[in-house]
Amino acid sequence: MSEWPLYEVFLRSKRGLNHVHVGSLHAPDDRFALMHARDVYTRRNEGVSIWVVRACEITASSPDEKDPMFAPSGDKVYRHPTFYDIPEHVPHM
Amino acid sequence: MTVTETELAGHFEATVARGDRVEPRDWMPEAYRKTLIRQIAQHAHSEIIGMQPEGDWISRAPSLRRKAILLAKVQDEAGHGLYLYSACETLGTSRRELTEKLLSGKQKYSSIFNYPTPSYADVGTIGWLVDGAAICNQVPLCRTSFGPYGRAMIRICKEESFHQRQGYELLMTMMRGTDEQRAMVQESVDRFWWPALMMFGPPDDASPNTEQSMAWGIKRNTNDELRQKFVDMTVPQARALGVTLPDPELRWNSERQAHDFGEPDWHEFWAVVKGNGPCNAERLDRRRSAHEDGAWVRDAAVAFAEEGAR
Repeated sequence: MSEWPLYEVFLRSKRGLNHVHVGSLHAPDDRFALMHARDVYTRRNEGVSIWVVRACEITASSPDEKDPMFAPSGDKVYRHPTFYDIPEHVPHM
Repeated sequence: MTVTETELAGHFEATVARGDRVEPRDWMPEAYRKTLIRQIAQHAHSEIIGMQPEGDWISRAPSLRRKAILLAKVQDEAGHGLYLYSACETLGTSRRELTEKLLSGKQKYSSIFNYPTPSYADVGTIGWLVDGAAICNQVPLCRTSFGPYGRAMIRICKEESFHQRQGYELLMTMMRGTDEQRAMVQESVDRFWWPALMMFGPPDDASPNTEQSMAWGIKRNTNDELRQKFVDMTVPQARALGVTLPDPELRWNSERQAHDFGEPDWHEFWAVVKGNGPCNAERLDRRRSAHEDGAWVRDAAVAFAEEGAR
């Protein structure tokens, strides 16, 4: 028998916040993955909502920071508010 | 453009030197990967085997309150094992392989779980001393260089604090009881003190992996540093509890601003590591039969999943 597939688990810790990745687990199907995620990752009210997704369904960028993937944002300082000089007497900026 | 191994190694070393974390898909030296797999697997196996010594007391707990606490604690150990197996699998091993290596004895677990728990006071002593020593070991591991391991340790440390406190509270309750109960606590502390000190591993001059592990940021402190820290933390707790730690050499050294203490019996340590402790065979037999007895549940779950998919 082959191993149960790997799932990644995401939790929303309370209303108003994003789901955040908390870890992974093995389960035979989606329903069991949710139940196992509840038992493994929410024994102390850590979440109000759980997402599980098969790890093999995730498409990821390369983690290497030299990857050209993120180069386009590297030299565009004008995208940040601190790029612009505004006189101090101008309020609410 | 191809990147040479030297460049990759340089990049890896710079990441570790900056105190940045290494993540699963990063290039890493093979020896780093192997060391981590060995260490995380041993840690995961310890959590799983660690359910047994205390698990024996669930059906014999003296009240419903104590039983509920013990159940929650043992369930946490299972959870900790699962966090750590997941972290270990990101290094390219599989759950199946890890389970097989535990069951065949190729990978180890902490020797402390090869000691028996003949007294109910042992539940308290394990929480106080064994989980206390584990916390000492684990807090610095929250900053370990491998990301998934550090994140698992953060979750585990939060939960271990409950384990230690419930144990200490249990012992305090017994110490307020009868002379017989106080004697039970002392007898249990006498048995667990030295094995707890051994949990930090052999002395630094007999720990060949420590230097490399520290250079890689896997370990943050040496075995002897952590052992000293544990002794210094525990002495005032023992005093507050009213028990004696069974070491005639234990005393405050004002020059060092730390406690001097005796040497654990390292012959005993190595004998237990090599499989000759009081419960080594029993623990592995029980884990093997639990795995085999659970096979039908795993098969049924797969059959149910396949049914649902159709």
